[in-house]
Amino acid sequence: MVFLIRVQLREDYSNLIFYLSPLVAVALTLFFGSFIFLILDLSPIESFKIFFISPISNSYGISELFVKATPLAIIALGLSYCFKNNIYNIGAEGQLTMGAIFGGGIGLLFNDSTSFFLLPLMILFGAIGGAFWATIPAILKTKFNTNEILTSLMLTYVALYILDYFVVGPWKDPAGYGLPKSMPFPDAGRLPVLIDGLRVHIGVYFALIICLITYIIYNKTLFGFKLKVTGLSSKASQYAGFKYKNLIFYTFIISGACAGLAGLFEVSGPIGLLYRDISPNYGFTAIIVAFLGRLNPFGIILSSLLIALTYLGAEDAQLFLKIPSAVGFVFQGLVLFFLLGTDFLNKYKVFIK
Amino acid sequence: MSIELIIGILNIVLISTTPLVFAGIGELVTEKSGVLNLGLEGLMLVGAVTGFITLVITGNYFYSLFLSIISGVILSGIFAFLVLNLMTNQIATGLALTIFGIGLSAMLGKKFGGTPIDGLNPYYFIVISFLLVFFVAYFLSKTKTGLIVRAVGENHNSAYALGYNVIKTRYLTIIFGGVMSSLAGYYISICYAPMWQEGMTAGRGWIALALVVFATWKPWRLLVGAYIFGGVAIMQMNLQAIGVKLPGQFFNMMPYLATIIVLVFISSNKLRLKLSAPSSLNIPFEKNQ
Repeated sequence: MVFLIRVQLREDYSNLIFYLSPLVAVALTLFFGSFIFLILDLSPIESFKIFFISPISNSYGISELFVKATPLAIIALGLSYCFKNNIYNIGAEGQLTMGAIFGGGIGLLFNDSTSFFLLPLMILFGAIGGAFWATIPAILKTKFNTNEILTSLMLTYVALYILDYFVVGPWKDPAGYGLPKSMPFPDAGRLPVLIDGLRVHIGVYFALIICLITYIIYNKTLFGFKLKVTGLSSKASQYAGFKYKNLIFYTFIISGACAGLAGLFEVSGPIGLLYRDISPNYGFTAIIVAFLGRLNPFGIILSSLLIALTYLGAEDAQLFLKIPSAVGFVFQGLVLFFLLGTDFLNKYKVFIK
Repeated sequence: MSIELIIGILNIVLISTTPLVFAGIGELVTEKSGVLNLGLEGLMLVGAVTGFITLVITGNYFYSLFLSIISGVILSGIFAFLVLNLMTNQIATGLALTIFGIGLSAMLGKKFGGTPIDGLNPYYFIVISFLLVFFVAYFLSKTKTGLIVRAVGENHNSAYALGYNVIKTRYLTIIFGGVMSSLAGYYISICYAPMWQEGMTAGRGWIALALVVFATWKPWRLLVGAYIFGGVAIMQMNLQAIGVKLPGQFFNMMPYLATIIVLVFISSNKLRLKLSAPSSLNIPFEKNQ
């Protein structure tokens, strides 16, 4: 028996399906995820409970959910500018690292400061560090026509080695028993927590503010309109006389600054010092968050919470189910696979004869 | 420096560089057909763990090699289906593959960390890697099929108009690349280490990706580039041993910096870019239906 499958471009492009497909992708991920648990000889229902429900069943867990979601949301909101503009900045991990180096460096430089201005200065330098690292692929792209995907990716590893150099070299804590980590930041350089005893910090407010600003920019400003047009058709944007090179610069700087901000929040918030592994892949995972949130600011907030849950669930799974915490990556990878796959049905009609 | 020391260093460079040659030459063929696969790291890890587990369970090198290859076929087949049939974004799909592969390999290999095995002699693979580069260079430049692969990568619409099957060609090159990455992983867990450890490929997938660009998509240059990258990494350790004060991190970031410089050099001139990079790289092929 031969099936003839014919596909046709949709003319009735549906917003409903567009926003529904992340939910379908999540459902499919859970369905396939249950098979993974079965293969590992675990009860899927029990495992899902440990993975997705028990991590947020107490106040500590909910605070941790926001701790993980904050950097993901901030980075993904920044990345959405690039992706809307069809610029593939995949070096957010490096920009995050640079933000941590710049902002954290300020914290170490003034390590005996008690000034109220230390933290704002660190935050400023965090954003500058990330933006600086993102300008490199932007300059190379606009001046030399260099592919930004490859340069931003390569620069990520350069940034990670620079951080490594600092924490084993000049910034190593003399009282740190030779461990590759810096001195702790002074109290004035630590991000205030929202609730005493929990780790959730004021970065949450930043994420929400950036979300609102992004919503306004996308829907109410000429810049947002230019991004939208360029993303839909670069030719139309050229005819309209939009300066594409400037758009590349602005989107790279915005996304770099956001990633740098997220990096600084990580080191001056939950971590409190600089060391090698400041980010559990946030910069790459945020790409999933941005896609899953459909590049929509509010969608990104929702998807950052969901993906943050896979981090928490994975930690609990390691503790209670004795499976490696990398299981979180399996879910993250699957959800992106399914999301990209279901997008096909959004763009095309499928007929089976 | 004595002769023995130099030979010793060269030997280590040979042994440690081979996975880069395997993964790099596979990715080179994939990219030549116009597809950018960022999933190398994931493919390598899954290839490494499947080979290792099979060897521990069956004790048979042939089965372990076979299953490692199959893992590459399946994973890159999924990647191919998504980017070719469902026309998904290649960057996002490749990253998904890497993230998925890191997680899957860690889960599969959990019970096998620290299990001792008898490693295979790496020299078989070293010889095969050289032959492979020769084969790919010959295939791409001298055979008709190689020409079709390049045509599909340069301009898929023209290739399609000439009657070549773009989708099928790309399926084959993606799967070839996937299998080569699995072999690179297999080599690391069975010959090089020989053991299994979570995340043991340690970023070699990304270096292999850089390598393809560094080599401006040319097989022989890829071989030379791989040994330069591999040599720099080993040299760093030896220089530190004889007391050179330059920080090791600067050597480690060399491959990435060198790749950026090469990329800037070839991209800054339109003709040079056309002569180096496959023009349809990372552009999805949509038939007019």
